[in-house]
Amino acid sequence: MDTFLQQIINGLTAGSVYAVVALGYTMVYGIIQLINFAHGEVVMIGAMVAFTVINALVPYGLPPLAIVLIGAGCAVPICMLVGYGMEKLAYRPLRHAPRLAPLITAIGVSIILQHVALLIWSRNVLAFPQIIPSRTYMVGGAAITTIQIAILAICFGLMAALAILIYRTPLGTAMRATAQNQQVAGLMGIDINRVIAATFVIGAGLGAVAGVLYGTYYGLAQYTMGSILGLKAFSAAVLGGIGNIPGAMLGGVLLGIVEALGAGYIGDFTDLCQYGWLAGSISACDGGGHFVLFGSNYQDVFAFLVLILVLVFRPSGLLGERVGDRA
Amino acid sequence: MLLEVRHLEVHYGGIRAVAGVDLAIAEGELVCLIGANGAGKTSTLKAICGLISSRTGLIRYAGEDVSYAPVHVLPRKGLVMVPEGRGIFPQLTVEENLAMGAYAHGGGDPSAQYDRFPRLAERRKQVAGTLSGGEQQMLALARALMTRPKLLLLDEPSMGLAPMMVTKIFELVHDIAKQGVTILLVEQNARAALELASRGYVMESGSISLEGEARALLDNPKVREAYLGE
Ligand SMILES: Nc1ncnc2c1ncn2[C@@H]1O[C@H](COP(=O)(O)OP(=O)(O)OP(=O)(O)O)[C@@H](O)[C@H]1O
Ligand SMILES: [Mg+2]
Repeated sequence: MDTFLQQIINGLTAGSVYAVVALGYTMVYGIIQLINFAHGEVVMIGAMVAFTVINALVPYGLPPLAIVLIGAGCAVPICMLVGYGMEKLAYRPLRHAPRLAPLITAIGVSIILQHVALLIWSRNVLAFPQIIPSRTYMVGGAAITTIQIAILAICFGLMAALAILIYRTPLGTAMRATAQNQQVAGLMGIDINRVIAATFVIGAGLGAVAGVLYGTYYGLAQYTMGSILGLKAFSAAVLGGIGNIPGAMLGGVLLGIVEALGAGYIGDFTDLCQYGWLAGSISACDGGGHFVLFGSNYQDVFAFLVLILVLVFRPSGLLGERVGDRA
Repeated sequence: MLLEVRHLEVHYGGIRAVAGVDLAIAEGELVCLIGANGAGKTSTLKAICGLISSRTGLIRYAGEDVSYAPVHVLPRKGLVMVPEGRGIFPQLTVEENLAMGAYAHGGGDPSAQYDRFPRLAERRKQVAGTLSGGEQQMLALARALMTRPKLLLLDEPSMGLAPMMVTKIFELVHDIAKQGVTILLVEQNARAALELASRGYVMESGSISLEGEARALLDNPKVREAYLGE
């Protein structure tokens, strides 16, 4: 099996989901310079709602695709409502407050949402029922499953749709105008409250779909899943340049690939038995044994490694503009 | 009266920037508002547009009390401001900036503006932040016209422009007025503004100190000394 190609496929799949989540962070940041820490929780709620609905529908013998679509169809509007609600209730009153206030509020909203989820679903892990017959195809020595193909198609489809919305429609232009100058946007007759609310709603809708896909990919959903997924997507947004839409897409995909390659090779690189001068002193290496310092369970480290490296060496991200341009 | 402002006051913290201003503009008039730096001209315009919430007084536009109307409602009624410093969207293209002017109406045809401003037509796809100052001012005017204004508030359209471009901008303002758009023009360039306008107001530390026919103001010794540099 070709490890490299396999990890690229796996990384692309996870990365496309990160990218869709990262868009939610970057759109909100772009328009009101807020890092919406609660976005990861919206993604979690999307997965939880969808899984609840899907599990409830399984006994009725509907076609699997219909079940999943109904699940996602429930998750998306609920998440949009959550996104709208948090903007209206938590962030809008703080629109003119010092920046720290909405930021801390975002952390508060995140904690509240996580605990509401805990109350509703308890600590149970919701499993994704085995309803989709997953087939595996071989491409050049690597395997790709139907679910991976579906995830890639949906995520890249969503990204294309969002790019069209942002760069080709009046609402998208109004969003970019509002991001550049709220006062003047208002003077042009743009209702900036509506535009900002729309940004949250669209981001939350994307997050809901991403949550369903992510849960489906790994086969489970839990009330804590939003934190780690959110942090990874946030890292992806920073990698691409926070506030920059193509940046979030690029950052997400890159992060997924870096993570997968890292997870795929870290075990080989940190197997101390391959280093002759060390192997002699490690008893586990005797007779072709292994002594792996960091296994693929260290996968999550890479997102944060990337985040730290970007913040140190290129804080504006890969495609981000210099902060001065935004003033 | 198309616009009526009564006892307008604006406070910034403890500072009273506008202290009881009264203005009245009839349909079809071109009125100018002149005054020294910091007199409160920009604050007055912003307050009329609803950009300043900490203000008191009455604002009637087209017979309707709009004192508490949200900012975005007024452009839809035809009251549009071109803000000080132009306020174009620097990262949008010329075309997109114009589209934003027509946003409130759900879109509009920019070709009339391209006819009026050929330099913008050549630069349709250019990002507005890279336009020259004069072109940016043209874009700001064109964008405001896309909203199909009845009343245009212009805040120092000649600011920072070379004399040739200043003349051109004043000609454009004149043209726009001739086409029936009512204009309230704020200017540092007092002579040019008074020559263009039919009436004028002079603002001094937050209140109107003089008002009248533009011609009379041009001859007024106080105005000549303080604003025309004689
Ligand atoms: N956002 C603000 N916060 C505090 N003070 C302000 C603010 N905006 C304006 N001021 C003050 O209000 C006064 C009037 O300002 P304004 O901008 O209205 O003057 P202006 O007549 O337009 O001047 P200029 O000709 O220089 O543009 C000034 O003293 C200014 O310092
Ligand atoms: Mg001013």
